[in-house]
Amino acid sequence: MSALDSRSPASSTRVFGILLLRDLHVARRELPYFLVRTTLQPLLFVIVFGTLLPKMGFVSRGYTAALLPGILGISLAFSSLQAVALPMMADFGFTKEIEDRLLAPVPDYVIALEKVISGGLQGLLAAIFVLPIARLIMGPIPGLALGHPIEVVTIIALGATGFSALGLFLGTAIQGQQIGLMFSVIVAPMIMFGCAYYPWSGLNAVPLLKYAVLVNPLVYVSEGLRAALTPTLPHMPVPAVLLALAVLTGAFWVVGLKTFRKRSFS
Amino acid sequence: MTSSRTGAPARGAGRLPDSPAPVTDPVTRPDLAIATRALRKVYRAPSRKRRGGGPSRFSPLGTGAATPAPPGAEIAALVGLDLEIGSGEFFGLLGPNGAGKTTTIGILTTRVRPTAGTAAVAGADVVRQAVDVKRRIGVVPQRPNPDRALTVHENLVFHAAYFGVPGAVARARAQQLLDQMGIGDRGEAKVDQLSGGQQQRLMIARALMHEPGILFLDEPTVGLDPQARHALWDILTRLHDEGRTILMSTHYMEEADRLCGRVAIIDRGQLLALDTPAGLKAQAPGGTLVELDLDGDASAPVAAARAVPGVLKAEALGQTLRAYAPRGGEVIPALIRCAEQAGRAVHDIHLSPPSLETLFISLTGRKLD
Repeated sequence: MSALDSRSPASSTRVFGILLLRDLHVARRELPYFLVRTTLQPLLFVIVFGTLLPKMGFVSRGYTAALLPGILGISLAFSSLQAVALPMMADFGFTKEIEDRLLAPVPDYVIALEKVISGGLQGLLAAIFVLPIARLIMGPIPGLALGHPIEVVTIIALGATGFSALGLFLGTAIQGQQIGLMFSVIVAPMIMFGCAYYPWSGLNAVPLLKYAVLVNPLVYVSEGLRAALTPTLPHMPVPAVLLALAVLTGAFWVVGLKTFRKRSFS
Repeated sequence: MTSSRTGAPARGAGRLPDSPAPVTDPVTRPDLAIATRALRKVYRAPSRKRRGGGPSRFSPLGTGAATPAPPGAEIAALVGLDLEIGSGEFFGLLGPNGAGKTTTIGILTTRVRPTAGTAAVAGADVVRQAVDVKRRIGVVPQRPNPDRALTVHENLVFHAAYFGVPGAVARARAQQLLDQMGIGDRGEAKVDQLSGGQQQRLMIARALMHEPGILFLDEPTVGLDPQARHALWDILTRLHDEGRTILMSTHYMEEADRLCGRVAIIDRGQLLALDTPAGLKAQAPGGTLVELDLDGDASAPVAAARAVPGVLKAEALGQTLRAYAPRGGEVIPALIRCAEQAGRAVHDIHLSPPSLETLFISLTGRKLD
């Protein structure tokens, strides 16, 4: 015991780093599957709406400019949320694997925070992966401006963190058996009403919906990326986007940590 | 990690009629590895929607049956447990399923929040100083829960890293422990490729990676074949000989008898007896237990059975007539006659020599499993 007591205890920051290393180690091994799982659907959408329909003349070529930011938003939303929610459901519901980490000598919020950051990084990665491919598939995009890289990265990073915090909440609040329900009742409407396929100002036609969608974090990611990547299109102002994303991320973290603790301790 | 929970009865506790006054002074005697005082845990039965169709984790105490409690009902898993376990002890928690063993270990390993009472491990309060407790303990769960995304070797090295063990030290120690556990050649294997017994040994190796002074094992031999069980016993004996404090729960009498220096018999969340295995056996009501399974209520022949020369004690339990006698075989013919004179036929006869089992039956009126 004495040898143990004299050893300097691992700090929370250090343990956080090791937990992150573990997640990245596992993610790297599963990277191809992860990218296919989370970006194939948005890319298929790019093929249909960004290439086929414009070629057929059903939508105008300019639509790709509105679509690209939304596709990035969907990719990062999908991947960040899944990167946290799915392992949480499995760990707490069946495998109990997370118990090993819950016994690590750090306060419980460190373990939850690490999951959120690791999920956010994976969302960031998915967005970076999708951007050039989408551009390649759709061809030249009218009005695409790459002059605001800091804004792009900030919005993607904040959005990815928000969605992975949402994943923490959904993954710990929803039972594993209801996973299908999560996708059809929460994820699908979030994507369809996330202003990913149309700018928010387009909802002027349906005022009720225009304000109802403001609870949806994807709206701010899509609009923020529109502001940064295709600024000639109508979009929300960037400060409003950042503020809304920060507030939603904070709220998801608070409720997510609460449900995480509820599952961690009995 | 809130600090207000210890000693404060959580919501709902006050409604129970036998709720004790909360004990607030933490147990911090330095000579004790583990101490609990008036430890109490009340679970709330999950609501219907959260139960999700799976079996309830908690069976209502006393029934031993898997009938789920009504939603929102309170289930007392521990009702005032006091334990003092010294440094270096091999201590056993013995009791049937649902006795409160897993809850006790859950509280001591910081994963279950007590409803009332205090518990300390290595002098640190399990609620207020949970991180200090976690640093000093190794935990082997009831069901292996390795990190399936990692290899066997990586499981150990990452676990050590969580505890601040340097990489080179961890890698060497991992190999050494895998060798000790007899799975030294499986380091690069995926966890799923290990057998149940090998996974259980991996869990022990993992629990030892950060060299904890106190080891918790929750029914570690459940589901193992006899050979794997004996191998595990040898490992545990060696770990204890190296000076570790071990707290193990089990519902196998033989296991407790063979390994533990002291054994606490718990049932329905309460401590029934606490002593060395030999001391406990001496408390057993003397003699061999003779059980006669009858074709009807066994209370009719009890009076006659008590009058049989050599019978120390006799009782009826449903259709079973129980008698204790120094030499069981000698009283069997007389007991059969008693039963037949009372109009009962004997279906079966069991003999149990004095053991923890007979003590448990005399304490609870029930068998262990």
